[in-house]
Amino acid sequence: MNDTLKNTLLFVGIAGLIIGTGFVQSWNSALLILNMGLISAIMALGVNLQWGFAGLFNTGIMGFVALGGLASVLVAARPVPEAWPGPAFQAVGGLLMGAATIGLAILAWRRLDKGRTRGLAVLAILLIGFFAFRAVFDAAVTVIEANNPASAGNIGGLGLPILLSWPLGGVLAAGAAWIIGKTALGLRSDYLAIATLGIAEIIIAVLKNEDWLARGVKNIIGLPRPWPVPLEVELQQDPAFLERAAGLGLDPTTASTLWVKLLYAVLFAIVLAIIFWLAERARHSPWGRMMRAIRDNEVAAEAMGKDVKRRHLQVFILGSAVCGIAGAMMTSMDGQLTPTSYQPLRFTFLIWVMVIIGGSGNNLGSVLGGFLIWFLWVQVEPLGIGLMNLITSGLSDGALKSHLIDSAAHMRLFTMGLLLLLVLRFSPRGLIPEK
Amino acid sequence: MDLLNAFVALANFVLIPGLAYGSQLALGALGVTLVYGILRFSNFAHGDTMAFGTMAVILITWWFQSLGIHLGPLPTALLALPFGIAVTAAVMIFTDRTVYRFYRKKKSDPVILVMVSLGVMFIMNGIVRFIIGPDDQSFADGERFLISARTFKQMTGQQEALAIRTSTAITVVTAILVVAALFWFLNKTRTGKSMRAFSDNEDLALLSGINPERVVMVTWLIVAALTTIAGTLYGLDKSFKPFTYFQLLLPFFAAAIVGGLGNPVGAIAGGFVIAFSEVTVTYAWKKVATYALPDSMAPNSLLQLLSTDYKFAVSFGILLIVLLFKPTGLFQGKSV
Repeated sequence: MNDTLKNTLLFVGIAGLIIGTGFVQSWNSALLILNMGLISAIMALGVNLQWGFAGLFNTGIMGFVALGGLASVLVAARPVPEAWPGPAFQAVGGLLMGAATIGLAILAWRRLDKGRTRGLAVLAILLIGFFAFRAVFDAAVTVIEANNPASAGNIGGLGLPILLSWPLGGVLAAGAAWIIGKTALGLRSDYLAIATLGIAEIIIAVLKNEDWLARGVKNIIGLPRPWPVPLEVELQQDPAFLERAAGLGLDPTTASTLWVKLLYAVLFAIVLAIIFWLAERARHSPWGRMMRAIRDNEVAAEAMGKDVKRRHLQVFILGSAVCGIAGAMMTSMDGQLTPTSYQPLRFTFLIWVMVIIGGSGNNLGSVLGGFLIWFLWVQVEPLGIGLMNLITSGLSDGALKSHLIDSAAHMRLFTMGLLLLLVLRFSPRGLIPEK
Repeated sequence: MDLLNAFVALANFVLIPGLAYGSQLALGALGVTLVYGILRFSNFAHGDTMAFGTMAVILITWWFQSLGIHLGPLPTALLALPFGIAVTAAVMIFTDRTVYRFYRKKKSDPVILVMVSLGVMFIMNGIVRFIIGPDDQSFADGERFLISARTFKQMTGQQEALAIRTSTAITVVTAILVVAALFWFLNKTRTGKSMRAFSDNEDLALLSGINPERVVMVTWLIVAALTTIAGTLYGLDKSFKPFTYFQLLLPFFAAAIVGGLGNPVGAIAGGFVIAFSEVTVTYAWKKVATYALPDSMAPNSLLQLLSTDYKFAVSFGILLIVLLFKPTGLFQGKSV
């Protein structure tokens, strides 16, 4: 059996699983799995750029995804006139002052001669900068948050089409990746992992606590839909649509939800196709070969005159940007940003499982992993409950039985871990190995 | 101006909580650092192993409580601790045999072992949630306070109170005992010495006839004991929630790296550095300042540098500073 045939069969298998879901459960859940599978595949492509191409161990994916979501809010949410433009600019100005302080401190550290003066100068810059930053920034935040806290209390968005936020989410994530990469790249691989793990937690903490930015845990809801996707309600009032739905024998509610999800699927598939094509081009280009050479032997590549640090930074930024795009897409689909829903197991480590099981270093493998693992992540829960019902059917009703059935949902974490361990042990190169 | 009250407030809100939290971090970071020193990888499953160990202790505690076994003023969990450690140790040895040994024999890259530990992390997480659920569990019993706020005020007549909770005292005492025992073991016993030799130079240790499998097994046993104790103390002092334990991974790593990965003394120092920085940066100093400064200079604001939700940012910031300026940590650890 040659590779093409095997890969085709694998993808046909996934398609079969999703279509099977449509027949057995409902087409709505099947399309939901497809949509999130598409987004997961994009995230997996981003991680594969970093890990598969360059061997960078990034465990901060969750942070970049959340930044993408933030971009959606900032671009597309309704503007809050009371916070705009004065206080909003003041808040952003305060942040810029903070950034300038750090920049100045770094500059002083580099330019001044080594010695006590340098230490004191840097410390003074940082202290003065910090208090100046707090003064400007806190005043702005107080004004913004005081404005109608029940429904606003944030700087609001620009009210632009949400599609714009997809590239912008990538840019935002890339910016964060640049800062992180500048400081944390060049460390040992497991140090990078720990550093990025921390950054992601901090980004989520910022999203949760900075109410002025995106209302924190009060959540932003009701983000507009990306362009061609209509609201279900609009569809249900559209006579032409109702007629077509009736023609297919569907009731209007189901038909409208299906149609909306289908449109999302088409949009996401286009983005996935573009990113996949770019990633494949990158892999086959001299740049891709150089990245793999660096990954396989950093010392040799450096000896050949490759700027390893720069290349690492480059690929780290690219991969993070892809994750940011996926994050913005996800928030657009959900129509809301809920910072509490970002959990490292779901948004960082699950993506890792996708990449490794799919086949690290192979773009096609990452896409496959994205679909497969997302399907399992969704379906293991009902399957686990069903299985547990079957196992405990002989038990008499009681505390143990109800506990077992209630807890069965948690088995999906266990399943993911087991899958990861099995693949690492018996097929470390994944389902579709790198050539 | 009232320096005595200022000091009491400082002790009550900063020093004592910092001491307890530091002890918990030190025990956890010791586990991370030992695994790194002997097995040479960063164990991402550490937080979830801790959750597992604590869960074992909690279940046994509940069982004891239902049997009516109590330790008087002390929490019953202390009685359950040895059994919890035994269960955790068995699980860790089993994990090593079934999972890690294969990669050790193959001499895989450390980063592969980190991946493998991710898998173990998922599995442990799943098991813990399956057995005890994702919610908060309380298992502390016995006397709540060694010195309650009321007693202290009556004793000293101060305005500010210094309350010492039993769990805090137990944490500090246990941590001292455990660390003393660990260092005695590492420095005085034959097995401990062979562990240090193995960590220093694997090839040389092998040449001098040290059995690597034995060293690894003893390491896992010690790590099981350390994590279970750290987790139980943390649970008694604060509360047990699987997700919180997972998140403790970051301060643990930060503490171990700040001290110098692979260096036990460093892990302890790092634990306290991280704990005290977290507490001081996120504490609102208004109360202390009001007492310590003359009335005319009494502050209006809370004097809080960062809100408590950013405590991860603190441990992370310190981690970053150390990585940038002294990558081997405060005490010479393994090179980066």
